[in-house]
Amino acid sequence: MTNSWTDIKNTDLVVIMGGNAAEAHPCGFKWVVEAKAHRGAKLIVVDPRFTRSASVSDLYAPIRQGTDIAFLLGVINHCIANDKVQWDYVKAYTNATYIVKEGFSYKDGLFAGYDEAKRDYNRSSWDYDMTAEGFAATDPSLQNPRCVWNLLKAHVATYTPEMVERICGTPKDKFLKVCQWIGETSAKNKVMTSMYALGWTQHSKGSQNIRAMAMLQLILGNIGVRGGGMNALRGHSNIQGLTDLGLMSNLLPGYLTLPVEREADLNTYMSTRGFKPLQPNQMSYWQNYKKFFVSFQKSMWGAAATKDNDFAYDYLPKLDVPSYDVLRAFELMHQGKMNGYVCQGFNPLLSAPNRKKLTAALSNLKFLITMDPLDTETARFWDNHGKYNEVDPTKIQTEVIQLPSTCFAEDEGSLTNSGRWLQWHWPGGDAPGEAKADTWIMAQVYLRLKALYEKEGGAFADPIVKLHWPYKEAGDPKPDELAREINGYVVEDVPDPNDSTKKILEKGKQVVSFAVLRDDGSTACGCWIYSGCFNEAGNNMARRDNTDPDETGAFLKWAFSWPVNRRILYNRASADLEGKAWDPTRKLIEWDGTKWAGYDVPDILPTAKPDVVMPFIMNPEGVSRLFTRGLMRDGPFPAHYEPFESPVVNPVAPKIRGNPVARVFKGDMEQFGDSKEFPYAATSYRLTEHFHFWTKHVWVNAVMQPEFFVEVSEQLAKEKGIRSGGWVRVWSKRGSVQAKAVVTKRIVPLTCDGKTVHIVGIPLHWGFMGAARKGFGPNSLTPFVGDANIETPEYKAFLVDIEPIPEPVA
Amino acid sequence: MNIELSRRRFLQSAGAGVVGTSLGAFGFGDVESAYAEMIRPFKLAGTKETRNTCPYCSVACGVILYSQGDRSKGDKAKIVHIEGDPDHPTNRGTLCPKGAALLDFVQAETRLQYPMIRKPGSSKFERVSWDQALDRVAKLLKEDRDKNFIAKNGDGVTVNRWTTTGFLAASATTNETAFATYKVVRSAGMVVFDNQARV
Amino acid sequence: MASLSPQDLIRRSASSITPAANKLPEVAKMIDVSKCIGCKACQVACLEWNDRREEVGVNTGVYENPHDLTPNSFTLMRYTEWVNPETQSLEWLIRKDGCMHCADPGCLKACPAPGAIVQYSNGIVDFVHVNCIGCGYCIKGCPFNIPRISQVDQKAYKCTLCSDRVAVGQGPACAKACPTHAITFGTKEQMLKDAALRIEDLRSRGYKNAGIYDPPGVGGTHVIYVLHHADKPEIYASLPRDPKISPVVEIWKGLTKYAGLAAIAIFGVVGVLHHLVNGANRVSSQDEENAKRLKEGRS
Repeated sequence: MTNSWTDIKNTDLVVIMGGNAAEAHPCGFKWVVEAKAHRGAKLIVVDPRFTRSASVSDLYAPIRQGTDIAFLLGVINHCIANDKVQWDYVKAYTNATYIVKEGFSYKDGLFAGYDEAKRDYNRSSWDYDMTAEGFAATDPSLQNPRCVWNLLKAHVATYTPEMVERICGTPKDKFLKVCQWIGETSAKNKVMTSMYALGWTQHSKGSQNIRAMAMLQLILGNIGVRGGGMNALRGHSNIQGLTDLGLMSNLLPGYLTLPVEREADLNTYMSTRGFKPLQPNQMSYWQNYKKFFVSFQKSMWGAAATKDNDFAYDYLPKLDVPSYDVLRAFELMHQGKMNGYVCQGFNPLLSAPNRKKLTAALSNLKFLITMDPLDTETARFWDNHGKYNEVDPTKIQTEVIQLPSTCFAEDEGSLTNSGRWLQWHWPGGDAPGEAKADTWIMAQVYLRLKALYEKEGGAFADPIVKLHWPYKEAGDPKPDELAREINGYVVEDVPDPNDSTKKILEKGKQVVSFAVLRDDGSTACGCWIYSGCFNEAGNNMARRDNTDPDETGAFLKWAFSWPVNRRILYNRASADLEGKAWDPTRKLIEWDGTKWAGYDVPDILPTAKPDVVMPFIMNPEGVSRLFTRGLMRDGPFPAHYEPFESPVVNPVAPKIRGNPVARVFKGDMEQFGDSKEFPYAATSYRLTEHFHFWTKHVWVNAVMQPEFFVEVSEQLAKEKGIRSGGWVRVWSKRGSVQAKAVVTKRIVPLTCDGKTVHIVGIPLHWGFMGAARKGFGPNSLTPFVGDANIETPEYKAFLVDIEPIPEPVA
Repeated sequence: MNIELSRRRFLQSAGAGVVGTSLGAFGFGDVESAYAEMIRPFKLAGTKETRNTCPYCSVACGVILYSQGDRSKGDKAKIVHIEGDPDHPTNRGTLCPKGAALLDFVQAETRLQYPMIRKPGSSKFERVSWDQALDRVAKLLKEDRDKNFIAKNGDGVTVNRWTTTGFLAASATTNETAFATYKVVRSAGMVVFDNQARV
Repeated sequence: MASLSPQDLIRRSASSITPAANKLPEVAKMIDVSKCIGCKACQVACLEWNDRREEVGVNTGVYENPHDLTPNSFTLMRYTEWVNPETQSLEWLIRKDGCMHCADPGCLKACPAPGAIVQYSNGIVDFVHVNCIGCGYCIKGCPFNIPRISQVDQKAYKCTLCSDRVAVGQGPACAKACPTHAITFGTKEQMLKDAALRIEDLRSRGYKNAGIYDPPGVGGTHVIYVLHHADKPEIYASLPRDPKISPVVEIWKGLTKYAGLAAIAIFGVVGVLHHLVNGANRVSSQDEENAKRLKEGRS
């Protein structure tokens, strides 16, 4: 989230699209209800289903799953055509005026540079014209036909209300009403917030769904302001933290990146991470990259990371592919190219797509290690549970080691919520049996591995045996010790260059924030963006002062929000070029003539003059991007692509199936079904009574929604002879499930490109372990393909067939 | 704003996660003795309160764990009830149906208690000691790493990566667990590394 | 809200009492249906607070689980998919069902067991299980069909409005949990004021018939609803338009008031009344049998 949960109360219009906040985040949704009740705010819900969010909305518009980009580009088209643009914001704070190179084009669904064989683009033309001084060329008058604004205008012109209706199935009158309400927030004193979640990410063009809304929000001037923003409602309690800390194939903590093979040494690595400003006087904060990187290396390898060895640069692995994400991992397992897998609190047998492939993949492993408080399906993938897990244990040679871990109630530490708040918690009970904290388990594994390497030697032992492990009890690092490491500390005294009797930094002290980190090895910091969370002032994540001056919703003294306790990202953009709030009633920070100050920690150097330094300091442009250059694999603008399995042919690019650059592994393309064989558009989702696959272990939640079901419209039920409460079989090219049927008015058939499209809704909470009735997950049906940029599987749009069946024999 | 923040004293210091329940202020004792027949005794009397965070979604609601037994005094503590934290700015004491049922998660029958090993081809898990399990884990990891570690690629560039064993990290562990995990996984050169963010 | 005690009683089933002069302020739980997202947090909080559990059931093609109120589930979300004939738009009406804590409680009036049902001056109607004989007349007396007889201990159960929490100055567990503050708790006076504001907001959004449900036929209730369509309460899973205590119960009340439980045996009219009341209410035959057996054993 750019903003926070409590900030939502400041909005005038909530758009829930690509998510279902009432259902998946009820206590956060409270702030939507508050905005409605006390500010007169309105709520729009755009969803293939009339959801629990829709049940309290002011306007609901149906949409076919997988067509959000067409819808959003249609809204942008409407705003441009009807002058619903926050012009001062767009001209000053976006790259609308930037001129794009000759050679960039978009035609028939493809941008310039497409290579069909590689399923990839040569993105060299997706960039700015540069001036002789080395800055990006702009045209403040917006007259140049190649400036971003004019290219965007032309790009979205296709998405007329008629085209939106044709692609999305959204009735034109409903769509226009949505446009009208959204367009009204282009006024300087009106704000809209976007709340989205996996309804946007779980598509083969998920990242571009989000970009489309981000662009719309920029055009309306709704980023960086109270009650505005792009608010990703993260799924799990600490998935924000795990991402921030870089627990992904290609990441280092704080969104630094792992080296790739062509970056043989630190200098080469840094050469592509210079981030020289593209306009004069801009901040381009990533120029500090090396300070963060070196400080991270020092936290990893301490004394072993020296200037002479490039701060242990070679201790880091180098990637040969963009990432070894979970889909690639299962693909490699499936090919027999992996031997071991460790699942820590993760149940991929139900979470990853194409369950049949997953079972086959896990069966190829030599060993599987699980760490979990609960008895998961993954740990029991070899265990026969009849039709719910039809396997023959004698044929599965995988050794499985199941390690019991504590749960939240028994452990201590911080979790990072969607609004980037790091909140500390304390244990209230003892773990059952011999269950142990994950920190203990990881330390025990590490110490044993280290001892083996010290004793026996082995492949490149240095990074293991020299890992910095400074804990009082090596076998049981304490949460506060780890939190201090994450915050960062001073490794060597740094004398004051002006007065050698003084020190800027004192060895052994916690650093106050990332602002003091250095690239010479004198500081260590586990995750620069978290720096400040546990400094000399103490554990700031444990702060519990809930005062909120003037009730802005900021709560600056509650816990700690990264970065540097800032609550609203890009908050400099809440003020105009003179530093005055666009809307005085929604003041956030303002320029007082010498500095920035207000209700939040300024997202800019406090002394940076408002008409000089632009608000988007993480971009070398200093401004936000409507045109994203070559930073995304599938285009500098979003374009409508159908899901890989779609009930209709792409109306704007009939020759293209799915996202033209999404990665598809060999064999998986053949496992995509078509609409002749599988006529119904399926989607998967959560229900409010459950949380993923955990709460089926929880008795009371099992009572609330006991049994796997699928949802269909009354029309489809009639057509197929399906009875509500009766049994159905649902199958795709990849698998088949049996479920109860819920026949509902909340799903209606849509008309897309002249064709009736029926939707089948498949909730995801059942499996073969736990207290709830045994059932199936949608992943028995879903295709093995992910988003072109970040590989989130396409769970939200796929094809199935459905038929009524007699009650199965138990 | 019709949500009234509770009048409870705000707790600002780190150590204040654990506070006592003071029902005495309500004169509960009298009610219990005189009218036990009519009104159910207040079940949280004498319990210990601990501040925690709901482990499910990313709203991160504040919760209070009510337990019998005081861990700070070295006793075993059993959690008997869980409710929303009224001081929390986001949830203000409220909880969704998952959060409101957290006690049943803590006490779920399928909570794991002991390390288990399932041997190749076996149709059951067998209980082992932690030492047995951890020694086995370390041995399996080392064997695979030593056998398949790639120090240099075809062009002779040092790449130091290990691709034959992978690690999937959790989504509800603490940042501190995540960092400890990161150190162990990355220092081994593992690149098949992902978390739940993607799904 | 101070603690509750016998001095705060204003009614006691099958007994005559003289209420104390000092009355507690009347309380109410307000359920704003227009804010409700049907998440069932109230159901869960109720089970957890009251230490009760249900069996894991089945899906029958609807979102209601369990499928009705039970001796363990004192509250239940009821879902109605309603197409508004004026707008042709779907409205998903979700109502939290449970005891309304009537000012004029039919259950209490119908109850033949002295002290099994009591009403406090703050409006809470509570069951005192040690006095309950499990006859099921409370179900027949209830215009909302709320109490349920347990098959385990043959006693009647329903929402207590968390009298144990209210007694120590806290609100009911469901209201505390409710994520959207669709359920709030306070003095009835305050709740009516809050409801008026909600109705103003709803009318501004086009719900011209938004209103309060506080039915006068039972003297008003201490659980009130804010409805978007207060002119049609029945569309909310059959919320009665004008609930009243059955006239048969009023007669019964006359009998028990003067003769108490002994009257059941002496008058020998029980069967007649039983039949009459049974006709107007839905109680399973098994419940009936249990009630009869229990009663015969005692009288």
